[in-house]
Amino acid sequence: MLASGIKSRPVYGRLTSNPQARSNIMVADAEGALAVLDMVADAPDGFWARTHILYVPGGSAAQDHGAKLAALAPFSWHESPTVPAMLPRLRALLGAARMGTQLYLAGTEPLIGEGIRVAGEFGVDHAGVRTEHRGSLARRVQCVHCKGITESVTMSIVPCAHCGRHLFVRDHYSRRIGAFQGVMIDAEKPGDRPPAEELYR
Amino acid sequence: MELAFNEETFRDDFTFRNSPHAIRRFPFPFHEDRYMYAVNIEPHVPGPKGSVYEFPIDVDEHYVSEMRDRALVLREDPLRCQALPHMMTAQWDLLELLMTAMARDYPEHFALTRDGDRWHWINRPLGLDQRFVFGDALTLPCEPMEYVTRQSQGDFALLDHRDGNLWMDAGMITTQADWSLDFDIGMNFFEWHGPVPLAHEMGVFERALKYLLELRVGSPVRRLNWTMTVNPRLDTSPERYPSWGPDRLSLTPDNIGRKLHLRVELQSFWRLPRSNAIVFPIRCYLISLEDLVTVPKWGRRLPRVLRSLPQQLVDYKGLTRYRDMALEWLARYDDGAATSPGGAPD
Repeated sequence: MLASGIKSRPVYGRLTSNPQARSNIMVADAEGALAVLDMVADAPDGFWARTHILYVPGGSAAQDHGAKLAALAPFSWHESPTVPAMLPRLRALLGAARMGTQLYLAGTEPLIGEGIRVAGEFGVDHAGVRTEHRGSLARRVQCVHCKGITESVTMSIVPCAHCGRHLFVRDHYSRRIGAFQGVMIDAEKPGDRPPAEELYR
Repeated sequence: MELAFNEETFRDDFTFRNSPHAIRRFPFPFHEDRYMYAVNIEPHVPGPKGSVYEFPIDVDEHYVSEMRDRALVLREDPLRCQALPHMMTAQWDLLELLMTAMARDYPEHFALTRDGDRWHWINRPLGLDQRFVFGDALTLPCEPMEYVTRQSQGDFALLDHRDGNLWMDAGMITTQADWSLDFDIGMNFFEWHGPVPLAHEMGVFERALKYLLELRVGSPVRRLNWTMTVNPRLDTSPERYPSWGPDRLSLTPDNIGRKLHLRVELQSFWRLPRSNAIVFPIRCYLISLEDLVTVPKWGRRLPRVLRSLPQQLVDYKGLTRYRDMALEWLARYDDGAATSPGGAPD
């Protein structure tokens, strides 16, 4: 679990099934599959038959978690190559969802962040989404200057993929954007940069 | 006192200046010779004639030039003004609050006539004459929050009240001390204060939120906050940090008195009647060290306060590079004499 002094930093829990839910939408990436598989012991009867699963293998592709998820025999099942490729399917599921649908997000922080953001477009309150962080600490970072998003950031300082400025990655997190804030590290004195450290592997 | 508007800039050639009257009425934020966070909230009641508290919405000699600077910011970056869709009622509440206060307290400059929902607004300093239907956004040139806050000094955040928290769901933010509306919009009270050091641990935000949730219509409250800014620049946004960050290295012992400014925010909080939202105006006042030390009490007190700051606050407020130089410059104005309680000049 991630912890931080900064209060905008989201807090994640452990994935547990909602027995009251009439339908479930479960989205996971990489090792998030393991959080889903860990629910099997406690899931109520018929749970998987009421559950849609969207999975993005990402860095865990070699481990074939997808086959184990498919073996749960969910109501629907889809594997997508990337998070952006998965989001239209999530939108379709949320658009068709009825009252009593529970959303679950498990895996990397960018996956959870994107899921919460998209769910927000459909009026789903973030507090009602069940989340569990697993796997990589890599971050999505928004450049506060040019507004471009840099993906999969593991270093404390990263060049913006869009404008090229060297960004210090703050712990300040926007749920609406689903990203951490990046601020130019050497704005005051160009070139005056401490060495980048790998903090978010 | 007759209000005359300065012709001045807050960028490029920085011709901003304070008249002797503006110096005298500056809201000096330090009531003693040291500073630490506190929930320093008090009722926003009328203060002495001529002070920044005389009227609930203060209009001063910088009005016209500040509004011009805001228009320049918005032309470059429209994301400084944003509102989530559910905030439209709060936008109208804000328009009503500002127009009625300005027309009532500065009748030589602003006029508002209302015939049911048909309103007529005149803003003489900016040369505007607008008839519109209250509640119908299509009868204004832009949405109501943007319309009225292009005509009112200070930043404005509109806070939605739900789930026992306040959510920053709309705002006009162009004169900010280094925070981004575009990033923070939609955050709750604790989240948007996330980066502030020390105060969370002190319980400051819990107490402040509890207080603000109890706010009633017609009983606004206020507090002062402060930082320092190199050059009289209103737009010290994170978006434009690459353009103002280098200013911090431009200070020398010879120019620091002229270039370094104490930046004070008069923050007020008002419950809005229709939406139950809260509007949070953040009004920025700037004063150069040179002008500040013309008030002997302030010249004595400011160096004592700067010396008392914990390092985390020095860093958070961005003073790290120049605090020592400022202390050296200010030292000659501190003769060691005792200072009187409160922030007002003796």
